[in-house]
Amino acid sequence: MESGGFDFHIVFHSIPFLAKGMGLTLLLTVLGIAGGLVFGTVLALARLAPFKVLSFAAGTYVNFFRSMPLILVIFWFYFLVPLVLGQEIGAFQSVLIAFIMFEAAYYCEIMRAGIQSVRVGQAYAGEALGLTYPQNMRYVVLPQAFRNMIPILVSQAIVLFQDTALVYVVGLSDFLYSADIIANSENRLMEMYITVAIVYFALCSWGQFQVRNLQKKFAHE
Amino acid sequence: MMRGALRVGLSVVVLLGLTGCAGDFRYNWQWSILTCTSENIDAGCIGPYFYWILQGLWWTIAVASAAWVIAFSLGSVIGILRTLDKPILVVVPFVKSPIYFRTRWIGTSKGIITVDVGWFLHGFANIYVTVFRNVPLLVQLFLWYFVFPELVPHDAGMWLKRDLPFPEVSTAIFCLGLYTASRVAEQVRAGINSISRGQQYAAMAIGLTPVQVYRYVLLPVSFRIIIPPLTSDFLGVFKNSSLALTIGVLELTAMTRQIEEYSYAGFEAFTAATVLYIGVTAIVMGAMRIVEARVRIPGMISLQAK
Amino acid sequence: MNETKDTTSTDGVGIIQMRHVSKWYGDFQVLANCTTSVDKGEVVVICGPSGSGKSTLIKVINGLEPFQEGTITFNGISVGDRTTNLPKLRSQIGMVFQNFELFPHISIMQNIKLAQMKVLGREDNQARNRSMELLERVGLTDQRDKFPAQLSGGQQQRVAIARGLAMDPMAMLFDEPTSALDPEMINEVLDVMTELAKEGMTMMVVSHEMGFAKRVADRVIFMDQGRIVEDATKDDFFGTPRGDRAQLFLSKILHH
Repeated sequence: MESGGFDFHIVFHSIPFLAKGMGLTLLLTVLGIAGGLVFGTVLALARLAPFKVLSFAAGTYVNFFRSMPLILVIFWFYFLVPLVLGQEIGAFQSVLIAFIMFEAAYYCEIMRAGIQSVRVGQAYAGEALGLTYPQNMRYVVLPQAFRNMIPILVSQAIVLFQDTALVYVVGLSDFLYSADIIANSENRLMEMYITVAIVYFALCSWGQFQVRNLQKKFAHE
Repeated sequence: MMRGALRVGLSVVVLLGLTGCAGDFRYNWQWSILTCTSENIDAGCIGPYFYWILQGLWWTIAVASAAWVIAFSLGSVIGILRTLDKPILVVVPFVKSPIYFRTRWIGTSKGIITVDVGWFLHGFANIYVTVFRNVPLLVQLFLWYFVFPELVPHDAGMWLKRDLPFPEVSTAIFCLGLYTASRVAEQVRAGINSISRGQQYAAMAIGLTPVQVYRYVLLPVSFRIIIPPLTSDFLGVFKNSSLALTIGVLELTAMTRQIEEYSYAGFEAFTAATVLYIGVTAIVMGAMRIVEARVRIPGMISLQAK
Repeated sequence: MNETKDTTSTDGVGIIQMRHVSKWYGDFQVLANCTTSVDKGEVVVICGPSGSGKSTLIKVINGLEPFQEGTITFNGISVGDRTTNLPKLRSQIGMVFQNFELFPHISIMQNIKLAQMKVLGREDNQARNRSMELLERVGLTDQRDKFPAQLSGGQQQRVAIARGLAMDPMAMLFDEPTSALDPEMINEVLDVMTELAKEGMTMMVVSHEMGFAKRVADRVIFMDQGRIVEDATKDDFFGTPRGDRAQLFLSKILHH
């Protein structure tokens, strides 16, 4: 290991390379959130559906993925996707599918909790006014549920953003892995890892700050 | 737990079905390699895979349990500190202030200088939670493993690098413990804050000291409330212990990955790990449900219904 | 208990003395220059519209809520002084809350025993005996091993009174003790309180139960917007014409 002082010059020299890594991290995050939300909503509706088979299947899916470490899920899909498709489609696609499948389970639970957080009396009141089930959902339950959910959904987005660092294990050049490449090739582990930590901290803290603002906003209304 | 087992079975069947249905699926099934107990090239055993898996499971459980001890104790303290809303005044000895002043954390009263220790403790706890929650766990692990020994005084750094027993495992336990403590702290804080203010007033009104208020009223109730989220935090440590493979801890996921690399029987190896993770999760959840039922307060449907 | 005392004076020998007390939540003033005192054995009922500060008035007396201006003394000890041992002071004042606030995780018996043992240092036996006496008094001996959530509101409130009395307090504070109760349970609680008053307990009661006030109170305080608007003997309060606000308030709750 190197001895003596820090040298952050290397960080400045590698900004373009790191930025590219951050681009991949953000792309994974955004696609993961979008896919996870869509699939998670479908799962949540299935879980709350009055059909036993559907809700059981969705429940099993959610419990299955929530019992597994994300790394194992990444390994699974990294290994499985080419096998199933019969051709290599690249690490990025495999990992993205893994993220969507994995995060959907968490988004599903957030939505379910959000919908269930609306007091039963509200649904009764809607029904008593003569609203149909879809109308009741659309105009009474979901708007309230969604407000309750937004801060938690944003928090989960921050968690997903942090989780993307795990693509390190399959050598995908995200922000952390890019920094790692430079850290090892230039033998500047300390500087690179500290930089990575600070960047993640800054971005996540900013996100947390937004969450708190949202919570305050909803608390006032 | 029966239901848990049923679900595991069902999930595996569904997964197998999905994979089987795919058109171009050609796979050389070798489930028997999971029972390899010694090297036997003819049977496809490059190593005693069965023992590898057991060993991996052992390390996973050991790392997770040890980290949980740190997380639970430290997290409880930090969570409690975050709920302190009254000043804890400590008198500065020997020094008198000729002038009157008062700020958020230091002030004078009849010339005596008092420092609000609570303000510092509260601030420390807030910073702790913010820092540990906003840096990815993997980055934290690298910081502890690669960077921390360089930052401490030379001798301590040398000790960490040379003499720390099971350096990878110890670092992983320490890192996971500190990280999870920040999550436990949030649960503890939320649990205490969910108790109505009236309870605290009632406890104070009968003459309990602040420490007694926590010891006899706030903590017994809030820890009951937060059993479910704490359970999921424990399962979080259990799953997150897989990150330790990045610094070379051969826990369950690492072992199955290794088996895949040796035998190309990835499906079988990952299935074994999946079943074990789900099994342990089911056992823990079942156990915690029993605990929850044991400590349930008679007559109470939900404590959080305040 | 019908004797009329000159109790409106503020420099008497009141066990509770409050002088020019003001309190703010941020910019909002909840108590404005409140001055009153309560003598030993006196029963004072405090009423007023919601948000008038009556609950806060009673909570500053045992230091549950801090106040910014004025002085409060209980039995000669200053409540607002930073050096006062507040837990010790509070152990001499019983308090009963609107929502009972029994501790949900321990039995009725343990609820009453807790502070006797942890604060007064009584032995287990001693605390148990005292608790049994009080449970008998509020008519709940057979409920002693149940948990609070298994009791009705009225029963819980009677236990809460027993919990306060177990400390052998010099005074009792009641913060709307019957307003969270179903109508049929109000009297069982008021009966206990009436008996307590007859025995000479010093009591400050925030309540809208004007029947109780008429029966038991020595004095009635009417508060509005953080101020003590009326502070008069019971007969004066209910007898002679009052200020507009008090009259309006009284007419509203008496017709209720």
